[in-house]
Amino acid sequence: MSSLENVKTQPKRTAALGRLLKLIMETSPWMVIVSAIGVIVSAAAQVAGSLFIEDLINNFVEPLLKQKTPDYAPLLRAILIMLSIYVVGAICAYLYSVLMGILAQRVQFKVRRQMFKHMQYLPLAYFDQNEYGDIMSRYTNDIDTLMQMISQSIPQFLNSVLSLVFVVCAMFSVSWQLTIFSFIIFALSFGIVRYLTTKSGQNFKIQQKKLGQINGYNEEMLNGLKVVKVFSHEAEAEAGFDKYNEELRQASGRANAYATVLFPIMGNMGNLLYVLISIVGGAAAIHNWAPLSLGAIAAFLQLSRQFSMPIAQISQQLNSIVMALAGAARIFEVMDTPEESDEGQVTIKSDENVKSAWHWQLPQADGSVKQVPVRGHIVFDDVNFSYFPGQEILHHINIDAKPGMKVALVGETGAGKTTISNMLNRFYDIDSGTITYDGIPLEQIKKDDLRQSVTIVLQETHLFTGTIMENIRFGRPGASDDEVYQAAKLSHADEFIHDLDDGYETVIDGNGGDLSQGQMQLLSIARAMISDEPVMILDEATSSIDTRTEKVVQQGMDNLLSGRTSFVIAHRLSTIVNSDLILVLDHGRIIEHGNHEELLAQKGYYYELYTGKREIQ
Amino acid sequence: MIKTLKRSIRQYKKLSWASPLLVIFEVLIEMLIPYLVGMMIDQGINKGNMSFIWQLGGVLLVMTILSLLSGAGASITSAHAAAGFAANLRHDMFYHTQDYAFENIDKFSSASLVTRMTTDVTNVQNSYQMLIRIAVRAPMMLILAVTMSVIVSPKLSLVFVVLVPIFAIILVGIIMAANPIFPKIFRGYDRLNRTVRENVRGIREVKTYVQEQAQIKQFNKAAQYIYKLFAKAMEIISMQIFAVMLVLNISNLLICWFGTHLIVGGELTTGQLVSMFSYSNSVLFALNILAMISTQIIMSMSSGRRIAAVIDEEPAIKNPVKPVTDLNNGDIVFDHVSFKYEEGDKHYALKDINLHIKSGETIGIIGETGSSKSTLVSMIPRLYDVDGGAVRVAGHNVKSYDLRTLRDNVAMVLQKNVLFSGTIKSNLLWGNENATDEEVIQAAKTAHADGFVSEMKDGYDTVVEQGGNNVSGGQKQRLTIARALLKKPKILILDDSTSAVDTATERQIREALRKDMPETTKIIISQRIVSIKDADRIVVMNHGRIEDIGTHDELIKRNDLYSTIAKFQEESR
Repeated sequence: MSSLENVKTQPKRTAALGRLLKLIMETSPWMVIVSAIGVIVSAAAQVAGSLFIEDLINNFVEPLLKQKTPDYAPLLRAILIMLSIYVVGAICAYLYSVLMGILAQRVQFKVRRQMFKHMQYLPLAYFDQNEYGDIMSRYTNDIDTLMQMISQSIPQFLNSVLSLVFVVCAMFSVSWQLTIFSFIIFALSFGIVRYLTTKSGQNFKIQQKKLGQINGYNEEMLNGLKVVKVFSHEAEAEAGFDKYNEELRQASGRANAYATVLFPIMGNMGNLLYVLISIVGGAAAIHNWAPLSLGAIAAFLQLSRQFSMPIAQISQQLNSIVMALAGAARIFEVMDTPEESDEGQVTIKSDENVKSAWHWQLPQADGSVKQVPVRGHIVFDDVNFSYFPGQEILHHINIDAKPGMKVALVGETGAGKTTISNMLNRFYDIDSGTITYDGIPLEQIKKDDLRQSVTIVLQETHLFTGTIMENIRFGRPGASDDEVYQAAKLSHADEFIHDLDDGYETVIDGNGGDLSQGQMQLLSIARAMISDEPVMILDEATSSIDTRTEKVVQQGMDNLLSGRTSFVIAHRLSTIVNSDLILVLDHGRIIEHGNHEELLAQKGYYYELYTGKREIQ
Repeated sequence: MIKTLKRSIRQYKKLSWASPLLVIFEVLIEMLIPYLVGMMIDQGINKGNMSFIWQLGGVLLVMTILSLLSGAGASITSAHAAAGFAANLRHDMFYHTQDYAFENIDKFSSASLVTRMTTDVTNVQNSYQMLIRIAVRAPMMLILAVTMSVIVSPKLSLVFVVLVPIFAIILVGIIMAANPIFPKIFRGYDRLNRTVRENVRGIREVKTYVQEQAQIKQFNKAAQYIYKLFAKAMEIISMQIFAVMLVLNISNLLICWFGTHLIVGGELTTGQLVSMFSYSNSVLFALNILAMISTQIIMSMSSGRRIAAVIDEEPAIKNPVKPVTDLNNGDIVFDHVSFKYEEGDKHYALKDINLHIKSGETIGIIGETGSSKSTLVSMIPRLYDVDGGAVRVAGHNVKSYDLRTLRDNVAMVLQKNVLFSGTIKSNLLWGNENATDEEVIQAAKTAHADGFVSEMKDGYDTVVEQGGNNVSGGQKQRLTIARALLKKPKILILDDSTSAVDTATERQIREALRKDMPETTKIIISQRIVSIKDADRIVVMNHGRIEDIGTHDELIKRNDLYSTIAKFQEESR
């Protein structure tokens, strides 16, 4: 299983790596180049320091010991040269650390911006098929690991590789015999490190999974906490929790143990090497197996310290790079999802200052533009639709909604009511048939303009963090304060807004905070009212409002709907009896149509619903 | 905060102590090694004494292995101690939330509780592991390395005396400069994530009102804010690597310079010089690690505070000390009850409510959105405590009852109701886990749910998805009613629980309730006159007060609010 997965994700990761590197380069080539130089120089400076010890002991300490009056001038010179090398090295280290850190942030900013911008134009189907938590984690976890990788993993990885290369070179230059001896230890440590990092990687994956499970459980139980309380079900909820918590504890303990044990092991491998070199080097020097000076042994000892840490670093950073690449692949996946297509040419112009002044801008053959008022004549002609190929949801839908008509859609959950409304502003594209708007096929209308002239009020209201005023104005950002008050009054939201401590300036968070479902619906109706669009869709827009308020709102809405074409989906038949046209839907087909009286006279499905013989499920 | 968190260590105390002890042992050996290697160079290699090399070498090897074992031991114990501590924290938080009253639940959003139990706990776990391992190791290393260097060469160790304080001051300066930035960055992240969340959830609204551009602008602002702060933080933090490298190398050069003088003066040997390099590395390494972990631990402090806030939250409602565990009838009295949701609220949600509901009575409650209908009935199962007056059930103040007894006898079907993942049957059994299949079916029949459940392919074993999305609104409501009925309560409260059920079915449910549970007091909140018309008495609520009580016929005649509601609904029939 896992090997199969590997085969599949491997090319994805490689592709992601290439794209990522390109992205980094594009963001700022000079930062990358300067950082790379910085990494090389600082690594080289560090190794030069260790080599200096050999120089010090062999060329200064020992000769000085033999001099009668020691001359320290050459030593001072050498030390000052070393000092300048070190300063350059430190500056380079600072440079690459700052630059890569900032670069990582820039890339992150860029990726975030691109992803969000792209997301805004993805078709709704994307949001249906991907879970909210999954989309969210691309913005948080995936981008975070990506940033970590650029700012830390990549420079540290390069630094470690270079250090290792330099150290090994330096070791060879001091004594190839001792170097070969060190390689045995090197091979040993590398094996251990690889084993430990692989193990910890696997266990972190398990930990993530367990974390996800406990997350899901907590979310469900804490969301339903009030129900848990009402049913005194606390003990059962706790028992379920304990199981997940214990699993997570074990997985997390193991993952962290593998990850942390690496440090003492590598540190002590360094110590081991240190001790072994002093023994072997000492023995070799004494027995003259190899031409080893005291200075060489001292330098070698210092070098051996710098030898083991890069190995651990390389292996560890490799893990996090692989992890980050998986995240990068997921981010690119979002960006590669095709945006909604929009090939529409016909636009609609509205005058911000004049109400209900919507005009088609029809391009003429001679290149001029003909202005025609928007009337709101919607025609569905033999429309078929499926969310997934082969699973048709709507069959042969024919609707003729004349300008100003109130059209009601009635039927069970899943009958296709909302789906029809989704066709109208092209949240989804139809499979066959045509939908026209004032005689213009929908796909010829520019999508933004189409949507700007068709308002949908949904059953589930989503507000955005901000004041009540801003949330109502969401419908038309150019609206004046007075227009907002007007819309709130018409929608009957004004009353409860006044009861709030800060009135229209009350800040609400995205979940609506203390507002009831009904109050949120009133706000969303006000939002629709202010948008003042020629065609309106009300999808169970008043389901959570009490009937008396609904009645009052209805009056305001009827005022508003007059002269506009409207589609109303409602559960309570009371809100739709006065419709010009009622369409009864069943399993994606229109089975009855007509006005209230006509449908009652038919004594069919609608009649049964109205008289309570049949219920809507 | 620390006191609160410390209580959650419990059974992992031993492991938590083992780790620092092992670490100290490891560092002790580690700091001896350079000293002994220095001896080996001077007395072994320099003098050509091979047997000394072998002897000391053997000792050194054993020491290294011991150090390796204790170091590895510390890693493993610290990892498990921290994981255990984290599990205890999650446990304590989850268990404590189960004791929360509604008032407490309203205070924390469920999303924030979930983050506190995952992200925040993980932060604290990582810090704790650092605390019992590296945070012990680094200062020990510092102290021992300085001590050893004094032993090797008191004069040379003066280099550290000068450099260590300077380095420490630089590090503290860097930390102080960088730390205020991080809380700002986190707040920036909150804003960014909120924007994404609201856009993903409300994508239909965004598209309907063609607000993509405006939202992108807002998002960019939030992202830019984070970028700027982070870039600033990076500039400061990178100073650390600069300072570390520079000070480390300067100290090495100073050791070279003075060390050479001392060797020439005969006060130092070459081997001792080599050990001094080692100690200088260790001193600066330790300081650097200290700087790094202090930043991380400070950063996790805010996580710790967020966790402690959950654990320290005092449940607003507690079980009384000597609770009444017997509730034998459904008599309810509201005696001058007043209530507001928050201390500082200007508006009272309930004002001077007086009401006596006799056992077995059916009461309807009607009123506009926001008239506190739900608030009124929430007082009966003591979901909230009254601010003034008293609510009595079966003659006792609700505050004197055992909560479980009270809530088992007062079944309330909430307006915002949920089903849990599991089967239909497992959801119904929430009402009474010992219910027989017959009882389950009976309750479902009364709630008019048996019909559609039996039509499902798996019947009562049909799996309910998380959030109950695979049943319709009306079906969900009937299942939640059935779940409440299984409690066989003395008082049944339906808070607008049939709003999605059609009127004919609703009538049948009402009739079944009357027939099947005649002795139960039934309180029905509804927005539909038809649902409450037949009640023994109807309470009309208006802005937190009882405006009127009476039968349908009485209210139609004398109550304006009631008669207008009735008129509207009559018209729309």
